[in-house]
Amino acid sequence: MKLFIKTTLVAVCAVGSAMLISGCDNNGVKRYEIGVTNITNNQPMSPPALILHADGYSGWQVGNAASGGLERLAESGDTSDFVDEATNHASALTQQMGDSLVLPGQTATYSLMVTPADRRTSTGEGLGFTLATMLVNTNDAFVGVDSIDIDGLERGDELVLLARVYDAGTEENLETAGTIPGPAGGGEGFNAARESSDMVTLHSGVVTRSDGLSSSALDQSHRFDNPAAKVVIKRL
Amino acid sequence: MKTPRLLTSALIFSALLPISASATNSPTTITIQVTNLTHGIYFTPLLVAAHDSATELFEVGETASANLQAMAEGGDIAGLEVDMINAGATYVTNPATGLLAPGQAVTTHLDPDGTDNDYLSIVAMLLPTNDGFVGLDSIAIPTEPGTYTFYLNAYDAGTEANDELLNPGAGGAPGVAGIPAAPGGDAGTVGTGAAGADNHSMVHVHRGVLGDTDAIGGNSDLDSRIHRWLNPVAKVELTIHNP
Repeated sequence: MKLFIKTTLVAVCAVGSAMLISGCDNNGVKRYEIGVTNITNNQPMSPPALILHADGYSGWQVGNAASGGLERLAESGDTSDFVDEATNHASALTQQMGDSLVLPGQTATYSLMVTPADRRTSTGEGLGFTLATMLVNTNDAFVGVDSIDIDGLERGDELVLLARVYDAGTEENLETAGTIPGPAGGGEGFNAARESSDMVTLHSGVVTRSDGLSSSALDQSHRFDNPAAKVVIKRL
Repeated sequence: MKTPRLLTSALIFSALLPISASATNSPTTITIQVTNLTHGIYFTPLLVAAHDSATELFEVGETASANLQAMAEGGDIAGLEVDMINAGATYVTNPATGLLAPGQAVTTHLDPDGTDNDYLSIVAMLLPTNDGFVGLDSIAIPTEPGTYTFYLNAYDAGTEANDELLNPGAGGAPGVAGIPAAPGGDAGTVGTGAAGADNHSMVHVHRGVLGDTDAIGGNSDLDSRIHRWLNPVAKVELTIHNP
């Protein structure tokens, strides 16, 4: 399953023998630095949700309905419910909410760590990484990676991911000013009513008024292709 | 729990090999085949380079170097070639002897044996665009014999407005607006301009071209039915031979 990352021992490090076991340091704490680069032209990303978790948690599944937290994230950029869902999950380890937008062309860096205490309160094995952020000049587009296996990263290893754009399936892609919370629209974010498809899929892109959707608040500058973000995970 | 697929046809999760203490040894010979997957976009002369870990041609989220800009705006790889010479890279220029047309493939070889040139990069301008380019950014060259497939995206150098207007010849100079050529002979004229300056000046994933269906006029000189693409725009097949 792990095609290119060297397999290591199971990641739990016993306090006391930590110094002797490869991959353990500082009493069994594993530290990560995660860089998120917005590689779109004009789609600011909402403050990201970064989740480290064991097996058993998934942020979303293409073809399934979005969770309430994912819907709120994708429609409004508010990650608090999505992070709460992750925190309350049996496989939870640690979570972080970014504190500011990641603007197009910019890189934001986050530090996360997994401690033995996190492990004791979590069920499931392994270590996975999930990230989600809204493209704010859309109805319900989010960029993310789901349950990426990082258990095999050793100290100094780096993993680069290219994240694609999903459609949460919770709001019609009307692109009208009233339905887009970002600067292009200034409109409503979260709306509890869901569109009829109600399933997560890959995003088909925005049409914009530059391409004939005259009611759109967007112009050609807001268009995007995959991938929309580069994510670099480094184990310190 | 899913694992990113490095070596198969997945475009998006193309992860780099981890930097680890056990350094890779350069393979003896590598064969590189590049296929233009697009419907109506030409690749200008390719630069295919094996280089060390300290060297890179471009990075998303960072501004383009002047030499990258020259390639992206006009297909001129002379400056990048000098960079490769200075970096002691093992490289090939223009393996297709001119443009690589839609659907076409070109095969070339590199022999980085005995060097630290363990990373592969590829760039070429996308024609007809303002400053779009196809790129592969520093993948670690596998050492196990076999064939590995990578898919490449279209990038925007962030140095020129995507006005989608033809400015034959002159438009290729760095800093000069316009598209220098439409090799398929299928672009229009006297468009008024599809876009102003990019929102920022970092290298990023190209948002695509608009085009229109008006050959004489409209916003764009490109044709929306011919010149659009969706990533990936190129396939690279890398063969590592037995020593």
